[in-house]
Amino acid sequence: MKSIRAFLLALSLAVPSFAFADDGPRIVVAGGDLTEIVFALGRGDDVVGVDTTSGWPLEATTREQVGYMRRLSAEGVLSLTPDLLLVAPDAGPKSVLELIEKAGVEIATAPGDDGADGVADKIAFVSTALGATEAGEAAKKDYQLRLDGAREIASGDATGQRVLFVLSIRDGAPIVGGADTSANEMIREAGAVNAAADIDGYKPMNAEAIIAAAPDVILMTNAHADRLGGLDDVLDRPDISLTPAGRERRAVLMDALLLLGMGPRTPEAIVELSRGLSAKRDNDASEDG
Amino acid sequence: MADAAAISGGQRAVFAAVSVACAALLIAALALGPVPLSVGAVLSALAGAEVEPAATILREIRAPRAVLAVVVGASLAIAGASLQGLLRNPLADPGLIGVTAGATVGAVGVIVLGDLLFAGLPDAVRPYLLPAAAFIGAAAATLFVFTLAKGAGAFSAVILILAGVAISALAGAFVGVMVYLSDDEQLRDLTFWTLGSLGGAQWTTVTIAALAAAPMWVFLFALARALDLFQIGERAAFHAGVAVERVKIGVAAAVALSVGAVTAVAGPIGFIGLIAPHIARMLVGPRHALILPCAAIIGATLTLAADLAVRMIAPPQEPPIGIATALIGGPFFLWLIATRAKATYA
Repeated sequence: MKSIRAFLLALSLAVPSFAFADDGPRIVVAGGDLTEIVFALGRGDDVVGVDTTSGWPLEATTREQVGYMRRLSAEGVLSLTPDLLLVAPDAGPKSVLELIEKAGVEIATAPGDDGADGVADKIAFVSTALGATEAGEAAKKDYQLRLDGAREIASGDATGQRVLFVLSIRDGAPIVGGADTSANEMIREAGAVNAAADIDGYKPMNAEAIIAAAPDVILMTNAHADRLGGLDDVLDRPDISLTPAGRERRAVLMDALLLLGMGPRTPEAIVELSRGLSAKRDNDASEDG
Repeated sequence: MADAAAISGGQRAVFAAVSVACAALLIAALALGPVPLSVGAVLSALAGAEVEPAATILREIRAPRAVLAVVVGASLAIAGASLQGLLRNPLADPGLIGVTAGATVGAVGVIVLGDLLFAGLPDAVRPYLLPAAAFIGAAAATLFVFTLAKGAGAFSAVILILAGVAISALAGAFVGVMVYLSDDEQLRDLTFWTLGSLGGAQWTTVTIAALAAAPMWVFLFALARALDLFQIGERAAFHAGVAVERVKIGVAAAVALSVGAVTAVAGPIGFIGLIAPHIARMLVGPRHALILPCAAIIGATLTLAADLAVRMIAPPQEPPIGIATALIGGPFFLWLIATRAKATYA
C-alpha cells in the first residue's frame, strides 16, 4: 500500500497536474452500499479510500482504509487528498465532516436506507455526485429490472415459511434479526416470514422464545457458521434442535455482505435466498417421500 | 518550615526537563499528522495564511486538538494528584469518586436515547447535547456521592469512595441497559465513546472545557500546603490549622468539575490521572506545591504523546486514545513500580 502511494505521489510530482485532467476526482467512500455502487458504475479507479463496511467488490478492500464510518478522522481522510467524500447518512461524527468540508473537500450525503427499493435512489445519488447521470440512469433502470425479476421469482417460490436470521451465537442467547433490520427486509422480499418480527433490531432472543417462534428455516451468514464449527453444531443446539428447522435440519447460509448489504447485488441476494428456502423444502420433500 | 517554599537545583532541572518535553510534543502535535505539511506551510498557516487545506488542518484540527490534549492531561493529572493526596491512597484516581461513571451515564444516555428524547431540538444545539449531558451526569453523580459522604456530620472520605464505587456499579448497570436497547450503530458509538478521543476537538468545546477546568487547577494549587499536612493524618492536619472539612469538600468539588468538563469533551481517558502524579512524586518528592504543577505538565505531555501516537499509527484510521494511554501507560507504570517505587514509597 505504502509503495503504491509513494509511487502515485512521485508520479503526481513528476507529471504536470493537467495531465490528469481527464481523470475523475479522488473519491473517499464511507458506506459499503455506496462503495458497491461506485464500483458498479465503473468508477472504482477513482476511489482512493473506503471505510470498514466496504467489503465488496474485493477490489475495494485494496484501497486505503479510513476506519469505521461513524468515527472518521478529519485529518486521516484529508491525508488521502480527496476531492469528493461520499457518505452514508449516518456517517460522522458531524463535527469531523464539517472540518473536512471546511478544508475544501466536497461532501455528498446519501439518502436514507429504504430497503431494496431505496437502492435505486442511492444509485441516482451516487451517479449525480460523480457527474455520471447517464450511466446512473442506465444502472438504475438495470437495477429496477433485476429487482422486479427477483421479486417475480421470489413470489413464484413464495413459501410463507418462518425464517429466523441468526446474526451470532457466542455465549448466551443467540442474537437474531428482528423487525427494522436488513435481514427482516430480505426475508420479506424472499416471500418468507420473519420468525423474530416481535423483536426490534438485532437482539438476543431467549431460548424458549426461539422454540415458541417455531422457525422453519435458520438463516445465517456463512462466515459466522464457519466460526461456530459448522452448521451442524448450530442445528444441534438444544433450543434450535427443538424447532421445525432443527428437527428437519434446514438452514440457509449466505454471504453477509450480499445478504445484508442493500446494494446493487440485492436482487441476486433475494433470488439466492428464495431459491435457498424453496430448494431445501423440495429436498426435504423428496427425502420424506 | 522556612524551606517549605524552597526549590532545589535538582527540582529546577526536573521542571525544565518536563517542560521541554511538553513543549517538544506540543510542537510535534502541530507539525506532524497524517497529512504531510512542510515546516513552511505549518508556520504560514499558524501565522494566518488562508491556504487550504493547510489552514483548516492547522488552525481547526491540530491546534484545538493539541490545546485539548493539554487541558485534558493537566486536568486529569492535577485531579489525580489532589485525590491521591487527600485520600492518602496511591490508587486514587478521578474515576474512584464516581465522576467518570456519571459522565458515562450522561453520554451513553444521549447516544442511545438522544433521538427519542431530544428529537425536537434544532440541529445547531445537538452537537453540544452529549458533552452537556456528560457534564451534568458527572456533576449529579458527584453531588450525590457528596451528600452521602457529608450525611453523618463530618465529611467522610471512606464513605466518599464507597459511594463512588456504588455509583460506578449503578452506572455500569445503566450502561448495560443502554447496550441492550441500542442498535448496532449506537452500540459502536457507545463503545468508542468509552475509549475516549480528542478527534472531536473544536475551539468552542475546547474553550468551554478550558474555562471550566483551569480555575480548578488554580484552586487546587492553592490547597497544596493543606494536602501536604494531610499526609500526616487528618487529625494532625486539623491541629496544624487546616480547615479539614473545607479542604475535603473543596478538593472533591474541584476534581469533579475539572474531570467532568474534560470527560464531557474527550470521553473517559484512563491512566493519565493515575500515572502522572506518581511520576511527578518520584521526580520532585512529596511536596504538593511541586507535585501538582509537575504532574500537570507530565499529564499534558503524556496525553499529547498518546494522541500523536493514535493519529500517526495507522492513517487514515485513528484508534481511540484510551487504547494508547493504557498501552503506553500500563507497561510504563509497571516499569516504574519495578524499578523506582521502592525508593519513593518504602
